[in-house]
Order: sequence, then C-alpha cells, then structure tokens
Amino acid sequence: MIKKLTLSALAALSLSAGAAMAAGESGHKLHDVDFSFEGPFGTFDQMQLQRGLQIYTEVCSACHGLKFVPIRTLADEGGPQLPEDQVRAYASQFPVNDEASNMHLFDYDEGAARTLTENDHFPANNSQNAPDLSLMAKARAGFHGPAGLGINQFFKGIGGPEYIVGILTGYTGEEKVEAGTTYYENTAFPGGWIAMAPPLYGDDVEFADGHSAELHHEAEDLAAFLMWTAEPKMMARQKAGFLAVTFLVLLTSLLYLTNKKLWAPHKGKKTTL
Amino acid sequence: MSGIPHDHYEPKTGLTKAVNSRLPVIGLIYDTLMIPTPKNLNWMWIWGIVLAFCLGLQIVTGIVLVMHYTPHVDLAFASVEHIMRDVNGGHMLRYLHANGASLFFFAVYLHIFRGLYYGSYKAPREITWIIGMIIYLLMMATGFMGYVLPWGQMSFWGATVITGLFGAIPFIGEPLQTWLLGGPAVDNATLNRFFSLHYLLPFVIAGLVIVHIWAFHHTGNNNPAGIDVRKTSKAEAEKDTLPFWPYFVIKDLFALGVVLVVFFAVVGFMPNYLGHPDNYIEANPLATPAHIVPEWYFLPFYAILRAFTADVWAVQAVSFLTGGIIDAKFFGVLAMFGAIIAMALVPWLDTSSVRSGKYRPMFKWWFALLALDFLVLMWVGAMPTDGIYPYISLIGATYWFAYFFVILPLLGVIEKPAQLPATIEEDFASHYPGAAE
Repeated sequence: MIKKLTLSALAALSLSAGAAMAAGESGHKLHDVDFSFEGPFGTFDQMQLQRGLQIYTEVCSACHGLKFVPIRTLADEGGPQLPEDQVRAYASQFPVNDEASNMHLFDYDEGAARTLTENDHFPANNSQNAPDLSLMAKARAGFHGPAGLGINQFFKGIGGPEYIVGILTGYTGEEKVEAGTTYYENTAFPGGWIAMAPPLYGDDVEFADGHSAELHHEAEDLAAFLMWTAEPKMMARQKAGFLAVTFLVLLTSLLYLTNKKLWAPHKGKKTTL
Repeated sequence: MSGIPHDHYEPKTGLTKAVNSRLPVIGLIYDTLMIPTPKNLNWMWIWGIVLAFCLGLQIVTGIVLVMHYTPHVDLAFASVEHIMRDVNGGHMLRYLHANGASLFFFAVYLHIFRGLYYGSYKAPREITWIIGMIIYLLMMATGFMGYVLPWGQMSFWGATVITGLFGAIPFIGEPLQTWLLGGPAVDNATLNRFFSLHYLLPFVIAGLVIVHIWAFHHTGNNNPAGIDVRKTSKAEAEKDTLPFWPYFVIKDLFALGVVLVVFFAVVGFMPNYLGHPDNYIEANPLATPAHIVPEWYFLPFYAILRAFTADVWAVQAVSFLTGGIIDAKFFGVLAMFGAIIAMALVPWLDTSSVRSGKYRPMFKWWFALLALDFLVLMWVGAMPTDGIYPYISLIGATYWFAYFFVILPLLGVIEKPAQLPATIEEDFASHYPGAAE
C-alpha cells in the first residue's frame, strides 16, 4: 500500500513536469555545470559569490540593473556575506548610471541622484535597454527535455545558471548588422543572434582571492552570484525543507505504527506492538 | 446525519446537556466524527483529507501573503519580490502557496478519477458529484486568477489568452470580455478584480466543501466494492463499517503524512520545478512570450481548446451549418467547457447498474485509456501547435468526448459485469483472510 502511494506520488511528480515541459523552447544544448548550490544540500560558495559580485560591479552594472536586490543583503548570512562596513562603503561608491529609471533617488537640491546607502536597492538600469538581472537565473530554463517532459530538470535543476554560463561563453565571434543594430552570434541564445556584445573575454577583472579569471571561471562565478540574487533565501529554504521532511517522516512513521495497531484486530492480524 | 443506523450522541454531564439542548453542536461534531464508514475503503479514499488540508493551507498562507502583497500593475511584481526577500519566512509562505495549488490540483484529479473508476457519482450520490464539479470549476477559476497576481509575463499573457476565450462567444463576446477585464485589455482593473475574487472564491469553496461532505455523510461513503452498507439493523451495519474516528482519521493522517513528505521536499528543494521561468519576468504588454503556456493543471483542457482548429472537418461542418456563428475559436471554447460538462453529466451518461469498475471487465480498459488520455493531453497541451502535436490533441480530445458520450452509455448495455460480493464484510474479509470471525 505504501508502495502504491509512493508510486503514485512519483508518477504525479513526473506527470506534473507539465510546467517544466511548458518551457519547451528549442534552444541549444547547454552543458550541466556542477555548481556548489545544487542539490538538496547545496550551499552558496561565499568566495564565489564575492567574485561574481565583483564581475557584476565592474562589468555588467554598466548596462544591467539589479533593482530587486537590497544592497544590505550583501552582508546576509548565506550570501556574499561582506562585513557591514564594507557594504556601506560599497553602497556609497555604487554609481547610478540611469537617473531616469531611479527617480526615487533623485536629489532635487543637488540636481542629481543622491549617494546610495546600504538600505537602498541596487539601482535599475535601462540606459542600454538591457534586462534587469535580479531574477535572471530563475527566468530562464537551461533544460527542457526529453520530449519536452522536463524530466532533466528533475536531475540537473532548471538550468538558469547554466543558461547564463552558456550565453557568456557561447559567442562564436560572428557579427551581423540588421536595421542598424549589431547582432552577435551566440550558441546558447534562442535564435542564435543576441544584441549584447560579448561582455567577458577572460581576465576582465582581477580577483582579490587570486582565483583564476579565465572566461569560464568568470562566467560560472557570475552565474552563481546571479543565482544568489534570484534566490537569496535558498539555504534557509533548504534547511526548512530538510527539517520539515525529517519531522514529517518521523510523524508519519508513528502514524503508520498507530494505524497498523489500530486496524490489526479488525484485519485478524496479530501485532507485537 | 447518516442513513446508516448507528449510535447518536447522548449528553451525560449537566454542562453538555445544557449546551446540546440549546445548540446541538456537540452532537453534530460527534455524529460527524463517528460516522459509520465502509471498512473496505482503500488508499484512493485518502485524497479528501489531502484536499481539506490543501484548502486550509491555501487560505492560511494566502491570508498572510495578502498582508504583504500590493495589487497594482506597477507594484505587484516588486511586492512579491519583497515577500521573497524581506518578509520573515516570506519565501517559504509563497512557495507553500504556489506549490500548494499544485498539490491541490494533483489531489483533486486523483479524487475525481477515483470517483470515475469506482462509480462514486452514481445514485444516490449525484448531488455530491455535481457539487464536487462546481468546487473543481471554482478551484480552476481561483487558481487561474491567483496565477495572475504576481504579474509576471505568464500571468499577464495567460490572463490575456484565457479572458480572450470569452471574446470568442458570438455577438456578446467582445462587450463581455471588456466587462470582465474592466477595460479593453488586461490592466490594473483586471488585476484588482482578480485579486478580490481570488480572496473571495476560496471561502465559497469552503462553504461548498461543507455541503459536499454533508451530502455524502447523508448517503454514506461509496467504497471499492460499490455495494451499499446493510442498513436494516445497527448490528448488520456494524459488520460492514467502522467509525470514522479513530480508524479512518488515523489512516488518513498517515496518508497525508506521506503526501506531505513529498510536498515539503518539493517546496524545500525544488520549489520552481512546477512553475514557468517566464513568470520571473515582470509583465510587459509589449513583449509576447514565445509560447504562452498555462499552469500544468490546466493543460489537458487547454489541449482540448487548441485541438479543434479551422482545418478539422467537424469544425468546418459546424461552422457551415451555423452560418459561421460557431467558428473554430468558439468551437474550441465550447469543447473545453464541454469536456468538463461531460464529466459533470457522467451520473446520467453511465448506464451500468454496477458502480465499481472492479467488477466491470470492459469498462476497466476504457477507463485506463481515459486516464492515459488525460496524461497525453496534459503533455501535448504544453507542446507547440505545429508538426504532429495538433493531431495528438485532436485524437486525445475526441477520445475524451467519446468516452463520456458513446462508450459509457453503450458499455452499460453490452457489458456483462462480474459477480459482486454480497456484502462489504465479505469484500473486506477477502482481503484479510484472518478477519473472518
């Protein structure tokens, strides 16, 4: 009976992969990256998040906003966990590149955006029409198949970070100009041509921790950071999930034994309990 | 409450006598909990308790989410991110609520298919069935409107497509659609009324759930053998039944525990598996997503909606006969709602005198095919509308209607049912040889 229940539960999960399958765009195959935060016990790598933050700050932030992320959360446990004074200093130096999109920061006396504090969010940035990156790692699926069933996502994760790595490392070097816009060929981008010029080439930043700044390292560090910006409470959630599952298994086992003993006389069974 | 003879509540102390003589609430609770329940119920009878749990979970998490959510097109998406980042435990609340909807529909589908297999819809339980179908329709409306609230891309475009269905109704379609949306397109007025109704409907569902339970407590539960509890005397009834408390309460709680282990694993470890990535992009009326796909629990009926395109001969024939009033779009809408109405009408479409599919040798296979059909439609509902997929949708949709309108009425006439057990006691004893006293 329990087997039946478990089976139906499993069947359910696989059939309700419907939502996952819903993301059935025909994109290029992406390589699975073995991120530290994957799996039920995965954790963010603090140093990797700090490296990713550095890449975002020095490269991406010129065009992309991160408007849903409060700067203070850089100090949060489970994130890059920078010391609070560093976060304050970081906020005060962060430029507002697109004043029109951040009118709540506009200082009418100064006639310019005021200095950011740690209690502000990262500014929005629509100056180059580039998408906001706060949720990018959850807004793209890397894996869809097989047959659009989304079963791969069950094992590899949804694949947002892999998609980001794929975009950053997928440039072929080909360009074309259409209606005055330059497009760059990219093997990970649906359709194959992306409007974003290659943002990273390798050795674009120098990491304080001496970590290699090869292109694929940079791409993975940034993808990890963007996974954190998209899902900053991931570790707390997994911990809650683990506790819930553990206690429910315990409770369910006790209920199983109670149920067995309760029904035994009516089923003509002897019970040792 | 129940038509099955059993002991009723007798207040013993002065206080309970005083209360119960003024408001028989203790008696009501006692009779509800102690209702005689067929002792041969199998594990498919546990989904009711799962559904009750889901309704409670959705209402409790939903009420707290509302405390932090802002129903405005400029602020809704950001307020959801505020819940995810700033509200204590907010990420857990939201994931519980979002995945709770999936569990709710998962359980309701198993509950419905349980009813379809064991003939729970047949006399005297037709009203229980009809109320159940109304609850299911309200669940779909609630789920759909809830999905619009985060104001992501799929929220917006899903709302646009689904409300567009009303626009397909001849003559009154367009004004009706404008009236529903509160304007010419999905906008702030739409978001606000969806929010209002998303809060209201669960309480309507809760009311109907009470009527649903009342109805089957009056007729008594159906059971896997599909035969009635002996009602001639209390002694005989007691051979076929056991009281709901503690036997079925404990059994149901155990089953609920198993379901919740899986549920919390999904919420804790893969909460976005059942969602669509596009809904993490804020709604943009100027950018249509490549594929607009509803939530997984709508996919079978979405597939039926899309199955009847203008190149299907049946659609062309109907369009010709009605002088173009029923075009392909409206035909699809009629088919989608018709597919659910077919299910609601099943008590009168099934002509067999035997309730349980266990004793219907031909029905079994057609039913299994229906369950498979449902899964195939769910899959194809998420696929693009080119290549082989439209043909699969069409075959799947056709079988759905054929099952309810052709196969079920015919089977009752041509099928020879197997020998039914004489009593529930006998059926129960056949599973537990030691049980015969």
